[in-house]
Amino acid sequence: MTTTTVALHGVTKRYGPIAAVRELDLALHAGEVIALVGHNGAGKTTQIKMMLGLARPTEGRVELLGGDPAVHGLALRREVGYLPESVSFHLALTGRETLGFYARLKGVPLSELDQAFAAVGLTGAEGRAIGTYSKGMRQRLGLAQALLGRPRVLILDEPTSGLDPALRREFYAIVAARAAEGATVLLASHALTELEGRADRVVIVNRGAKIADGTLADLRAIARLPVQIRIRPAAGFAGPMSSSGWQRLPDGSLEAEVEPAGKLPLLAQLLADPGAVTDLTVTEPTLDDLYAHFLQREAA
Amino acid sequence: MSSLADTAIVPAPRRPTMPTILILAAKEIREGFRNRWVVATTLLLAALALTLALLGSAPTGTVGASRLDVVTVSLASLTIFLVPLIALLLSHDAIAGEAERGTLLLLLAYPVGRTAVILGKFLGQLAILAFATVLGYGAAALAVGWNLGLAAWGAFAAMVGASILLGGVFLALGLLASTLVRQRSTAGGIAIGLWLLFVILYDMAFLGLLVATGGHSLPPALVDTLLALNPTDAYRLLTLGMAGTGGLTGIGALAGHTALTPPILVAVLLAWTAAPLALAALVFSRREL
Repeated sequence: MTTTTVALHGVTKRYGPIAAVRELDLALHAGEVIALVGHNGAGKTTQIKMMLGLARPTEGRVELLGGDPAVHGLALRREVGYLPESVSFHLALTGRETLGFYARLKGVPLSELDQAFAAVGLTGAEGRAIGTYSKGMRQRLGLAQALLGRPRVLILDEPTSGLDPALRREFYAIVAARAAEGATVLLASHALTELEGRADRVVIVNRGAKIADGTLADLRAIARLPVQIRIRPAAGFAGPMSSSGWQRLPDGSLEAEVEPAGKLPLLAQLLADPGAVTDLTVTEPTLDDLYAHFLQREAA
Repeated sequence: MSSLADTAIVPAPRRPTMPTILILAAKEIREGFRNRWVVATTLLLAALALTLALLGSAPTGTVGASRLDVVTVSLASLTIFLVPLIALLLSHDAIAGEAERGTLLLLLAYPVGRTAVILGKFLGQLAILAFATVLGYGAAALAVGWNLGLAAWGAFAAMVGASILLGGVFLALGLLASTLVRQRSTAGGIAIGLWLLFVILYDMAFLGLLVATGGHSLPPALVDTLLALNPTDAYRLLTLGMAGTGGLTGIGALAGHTALTPPILVAVLLAWTAAPLALAALVFSRREL
């Protein structure tokens, strides 16, 4: 059922003595939103360049929509939308001229431009020179060009940089809609927290190698990071069980970390006496925590 | 929207409505007009050409040479210095500049061939140069007067055409420089070097050689080869050796002895354009980003 749209088979890419990507296996499927996570220099952009056929792997094989992008890139890239990191445009041209240029290159009818501007909230700014756009507007224009022609594979490098929170939400709504239509969406990012709940799968890369790949729940289960529980005790509360390592915070709250498996028993215990606790917060490990964990595990 | 993945992602067969090369050329022209390159170049050429035309045509009334012929010869001399420089300034930025500004990566992620990028940029820049030359030089010629005889106009038109050809040579050379290096500044340095080499140094060395050998011991075939090896010399022979204007210039005498006929010279200029373009396309298509 799941169609593989992009695949890397044992891919290594060396620039001189430096391996930007090392023995990487990766498969992306139709209808999937994948977060490619790693800090700068982890090899994300090199991977993307190989997927687009702009760089050739030193070893291994790259497949895009069933073909080799380095050989059949001309036809395959018609089905791909790409937003580069820190996208830039010719500042003297207007938004419409620029998007029209990209639409022509992809064979997308110019009659779709109005719709494309509307989708990213740029209606009304089409006729202005890009030099007058804010950073967020340029990013939205970048997004609009990536979405042109309903590509089957969307590769977005740091897509939400420069977008305010409301626009981020709209952006992820567009991404989800495209994935629901069957497109593969790859989000390369180091803004991890906002990917929470947006990506079906998270791939963590470090120094060119894949160190984790799975759903957020999978990764949480592997990492077994502690859950943080914070309570505000009632006035007459004698204090919770000493064994759990509670810490008193300056504001009078108590905080403890428990293994994932110990979470529910502890909560049951705390809530057994309805008058003991006035407030309770459970904080699951964030994607940032997971990322830090996998990096540490890799370093160890 | 449909939740059925299979129906939603059926790729509609899309074809660009115009060839990719023309799309790229049109963008190049639009950018040229927008960032004032075209206006600046046209005005510069027109101003210098008008100055030469008005100064140069004043004393010739009694000599007998057509006033337009004098303008044609003056402008040809101007072209040798100015047009290669303008062409190199325009083209050295083409690839290296886009790479530096970060727009190249996005462009190449589109269904665009590398050769199409090189040719599209070349065509666009050639159109800009042709526009500026025709308008700038045409203004100067019209300032001298329009009723100047068909032969003189023919020579003028041939000179303008040859100037555009020469511009094409240096556009191609600049594009090659822009493809070979990663940085704009390096490409700019190479461009200036090319200009110095072909416009100044080569001829100085050539003249030195002629003087040193007394101008007689060199076999004509060698002289011809040396002239053909420099596109500006080919241009010089082509325009200054032409009938009507030949008598006004020193090189007219040289042109009388050479085996390099106008068709051969045009072929030389075209080869000087095609070879760097082909090399640029080859280098660019092998380049990884």
